[in-house]
Amino acid sequence: MYEKDGEKYFVVDGHMHLWDASPENQKNKYGKGFIDCFYAYHSNLSPKEYVWPYEKYCKYTEDDLMKDLFEEGYVDVAIFLPTYLMDFYKKGFNTTEQDAVLKEKYPDKFVLNSAWDPRDGEKGLEVFEAKVEKWGIKGVKLYTAEWKGDSRGYSLTDPMAYRYLEKSQELGVTNIHVHKGPTIWPMDRDSFDVHDVDHIATDFPDLTFIVEHVGLPRLEDFCWIATQEGNVWGGLAVALPFIHTRPRYFAKMIGELLYWIGADKITFASDYALWHPKWLIEKFVDFQIPEDMQSEYGQLTPDIKRKILGLNLADLYGLPVPAEVPRPKVVEVGVAEEAGATA
Amino acid sequence: MIETERVLEALSGVRDPELDQSITELGFITGVEVEGGSVSVRLRLPTYFCAANFAYLMAFDAKSAILAVPGVHEARVVLDDHFASEEINEGIGGDKEFQEAFAGQTKGGLDDLRWLFRRKGFMSRQERLLRTLLNDGSIAPDIVSVRLRDLPRSPEIDLYLERRRELGFDVSPGAPFVVDLEGRPIPAETIEEQRRFARLVGVSIEANAGLCRGLLAARYGLPDPEEVATG
Repeated sequence: MYEKDGEKYFVVDGHMHLWDASPENQKNKYGKGFIDCFYAYHSNLSPKEYVWPYEKYCKYTEDDLMKDLFEEGYVDVAIFLPTYLMDFYKKGFNTTEQDAVLKEKYPDKFVLNSAWDPRDGEKGLEVFEAKVEKWGIKGVKLYTAEWKGDSRGYSLTDPMAYRYLEKSQELGVTNIHVHKGPTIWPMDRDSFDVHDVDHIATDFPDLTFIVEHVGLPRLEDFCWIATQEGNVWGGLAVALPFIHTRPRYFAKMIGELLYWIGADKITFASDYALWHPKWLIEKFVDFQIPEDMQSEYGQLTPDIKRKILGLNLADLYGLPVPAEVPRPKVVEVGVAEEAGATA
Repeated sequence: MIETERVLEALSGVRDPELDQSITELGFITGVEVEGGSVSVRLRLPTYFCAANFAYLMAFDAKSAILAVPGVHEARVVLDDHFASEEINEGIGGDKEFQEAFAGQTKGGLDDLRWLFRRKGFMSRQERLLRTLLNDGSIAPDIVSVRLRDLPRSPEIDLYLERRRELGFDVSPGAPFVVDLEGRPIPAETIEEQRRFARLVGVSIEANAGLCRGLLAARYGLPDPEEVATG
């Protein structure tokens, strides 16, 4: 819970990790390349006092995580989004099995999500079902850029992906977190393109698709799709940290998101340990659209911030919200219905 | 003797297709070596995992740009510190198309990707220009009636026209100023919606470019240009 200026905020962190990218766990140069890339995001966008030494960034402890998120970081509930990367790391980067250790110790603090990959075929379907039964999974993270043998990624419209989506629906795993990355098959396509989400969102109306990083670097494609499809949401990882060094860019991004998709489908995410939730939350609650942009983008109200910081995800995952946190009834209107431009 | 400046000038015309900015301004060129008519250039990108297709386009365009400098008969472009450096350097060195360099991993070449991003860049550039011209009163508020001949002369407008020509759109004086992604005039009924989307494309490109500059700075220990440029 975070409180500022008499306003209370229930905080759900929609995307976080406990990873091991230490040299001992790296399988090859790609494992090193991956964590180095993360470290550049971390060190470039974080306030200086929050930048970790590289060694700690490669592998941090359960104690670090518990302290950063729940003691210092105001997070009430955190959602694990496992990222396996078995081709880069010997024991994986951050698996459901590893995350389950913390979930079992602190059941009320975490939502344990899992992952699937259509390239694991029929056998993978069984493995996925067993995980869902074992841990009562309600959501998955799909990383379409994951490497697997010779494959550099997949599309969500692949026939086998449909089998997994059907299985997810059947098992009640309704929250599908989609994360795009720099590679895909075929490699001549834009790997960050989120148009495949458009197809599956139409074909699976009972599932909710949360596009991580609000589609960045394809914010425009994401907004377009989320405007058309009621079951497409956006997670603010990567976009929110702009608030520190690039506040005017952040103002434009959040302004556009509110215009296109509205306050009810945008969700807070630190992507910990990419960024520390404490400064993200403090700065977001203090943030206002600069005056010269308000005629275009309006203002952020405490109710909008409350929804984004926790209430939206609490609704999606059925998490109890303390009674002292006000539940705004008024829906902040996006202007989706006016949007008719073509991408 | 070919001057390094001439090579850099030629390279300044090469754009990052995603960011619609020059690769020299972005700081992607780290070295130019000239030996007689032979020129060698080193290229770096903001991250190890930058998309291989865009990287290929930049390396390919850089090589073509160098070869177009008078007196150059041999050009070499080397991409450093990238997950696909090997395939890309071998492909560019051997003048291969992307689909040959990444055989079995593609369905076709990079033309569609290149043109998709050129159109996005154009759309955002046109909207930026339109706003400036409306704000300073140099064009009539009735946007759809504005023709290219009505535009004042400025370097921004020359660049706009150059990009428009590159896309094969009409650049004759009587052509309508504001056009859609296919170069067609935009009807008055949908112009506000189209402008709204063009603005969003601009925000996306701008944020992406800002992030890339920051990541490059973090990766190579350079000052972050964005920290001063955000005000």
